[in-house]
Amino acid sequence: MFRTSLRSFLKSPSPAAAPAKVLVDSPLITPRRIIHTTLFLIILLSLVCLITISTGAGKISFSPLLKLLSTVGSDSKSSLDSTEATILFSIRLPRVLFAGIVGAALSSSGVVFQALLRNPLADPYILGISGGAALGAVIGIIIGVTLVPLGTTGLAFGGALMTIILIFTVSRTKSDPSNNTLLLTGVIINAFFSALIMFLVSISSSDRLHSVLFWLMGDLSLVEGKEILLTGITMLAGCLVMFMQARSLNLLILGEETAMQLGVDTRKTKAMLLVTASLVTAVAVSASGTIGFVGLIIPHMLRLMLGSDHRLLLPASVLFGASFLIITDTIARTVMAPLELPVGVVTALCGAPYFIYLLHRRTISS
Amino acid sequence: MTILQLDHIHFAYNGSPVIRDISFSIDKGDLLGLIGPNGSGKTTLLKLIDGILQPAQGAIRILGAPVQKMKRMDLAKIIAVVPQVSPLVFPFTVQEVVLMGRAPHLGAWRFEGEKDYEIVKRAMEKTDTLPLAGRNMSRLSGGEAHRVLIARALAQEPQILLLDEPTAFLDIRHQVDFLNLIHALNEEQGLTVIVVTHDINLASLYCKRIALLKEGQIQAIGRPEEVVTEEQIRDVYHTPLIVDRHPVTGRPRVTPRREEPSDNGNR
Repeated sequence: MFRTSLRSFLKSPSPAAAPAKVLVDSPLITPRRIIHTTLFLIILLSLVCLITISTGAGKISFSPLLKLLSTVGSDSKSSLDSTEATILFSIRLPRVLFAGIVGAALSSSGVVFQALLRNPLADPYILGISGGAALGAVIGIIIGVTLVPLGTTGLAFGGALMTIILIFTVSRTKSDPSNNTLLLTGVIINAFFSALIMFLVSISSSDRLHSVLFWLMGDLSLVEGKEILLTGITMLAGCLVMFMQARSLNLLILGEETAMQLGVDTRKTKAMLLVTASLVTAVAVSASGTIGFVGLIIPHMLRLMLGSDHRLLLPASVLFGASFLIITDTIARTVMAPLELPVGVVTALCGAPYFIYLLHRRTISS
Repeated sequence: MTILQLDHIHFAYNGSPVIRDISFSIDKGDLLGLIGPNGSGKTTLLKLIDGILQPAQGAIRILGAPVQKMKRMDLAKIIAVVPQVSPLVFPFTVQEVVLMGRAPHLGAWRFEGEKDYEIVKRAMEKTDTLPLAGRNMSRLSGGEAHRVLIARALAQEPQILLLDEPTAFLDIRHQVDFLNLIHALNEEQGLTVIVVTHDINLASLYCKRIALLKEGQIQAIGRPEEVVTEEQIRDVYHTPLIVDRHPVTGRPRVTPRREEPSDNGNR
């Protein structure tokens, strides 16, 4: 239902823009269509934000919330009491904002990794990048490093970057990195890092275990304003670079030689996109922990609905990825309230079966 | 007018030479067939011309400019390549794939305009792919997918068209249709065509000139009747065969000679 209605909405038949020169039962990518889709997803994201902000242990009803949000910045008296305002502005709003940023970062870099590696199963978590960051973070938490700038976050960032370099060194020695060698490499890297993490956990004192565990499962609750800002800026800048290369990404997924034959300077473009996607991933993961499968599910679902053209797929992934993680995070913090689940548990519970399903379908079709 | 010039080209893969001192030039409007046994360097030569591989020595010039120094975007406006069909990892429709042929003319930012749709539509008409426009690439037969790739190459509006084994997966009707199309583009629009093929007879029938490669060197280059001779073909392919004349066109025609066991009783 949703799919067909969305599709007909996105088709936006309009005689003015109808480039019916090439015929079609599939819609073309036009600026109009991109704007329509983006607007639709922005409205969806706004609704998700409103609903999730008002959801939680302390229920804040809808109409005063709207009133409050509309008077933000002005001096007029709000209809909410101060407790509600505190919950809203210092707890829920930053958390929803951060979940959105991380979701956008993970799914946009997922799209780019999939295109660069020409593999629809590539995602920061499966490639082991999140695992690398986790190792860095666990070292930070257990040993309690304060020497590195940003402490744990800095170490996690180093771990993520190290993994990316490792993966691409391995994949470059292979003649065809598009096959499953790369995924296997990710699996092995993940296994190795988990072993190291388990080692560190088993020799550490028990009072730190809980925070390690939460970090490993992805956690959006312990975030500071500074980190939100850093992640947000990196994500926005990274997405800008990705958007500018959207057409090159379309050509790159046809194959490297074909991309060259159609005018892409592949070496330069690939290097730039790789660095960008890695940075965006590393910053997001190091602030939020290992949240799996967002970069896999979102691009894949959107590709089914919108096609593979990155001029549409990228902005859609950013917006829908944000909505997705906000929703899953809200589920994580409310479903067993007052207990909070790590959000990574929720995404993995949705994502792992979906991954198996994809793998299964791919094996059948090939 | 010389459109493409190769000057003493050398190339090696991991130390073993693949192309050895090849020099030739192609005039605008030529239709050149590259033939030769497996591993004689035909495809490598095509990749060198298109700048995907860099020659170890020598220079390749297109319209006087060295290929190695040209931007990919500018090169893609002059040369289009029809590769061999390979499966797509991500779903694209036929028209999306053909529209990508406009990429070198649009740059990174611009959207396709009326003119681009017009060009794409014409390219699809010529290749008989218009009825496939909305279909998913992965659902096409090998022959259909191949025609789509030709449409994409035509949408690039190139001056030189490079074809790598274009008839390998086509049945004889589509082979002839395809070569008629290439021939028409060559005759009517002056499109320069270089085609790598294993099919000596089709090359002989359609090409203006043929280059015969052997172990990375040009064994012979010239009109089909000069190149496709019994002696030269036998020398390069090391197999007994007969060269006679096509009954209608008079172009040379190659037939393998099956050696009867009784002919040489020493088996």
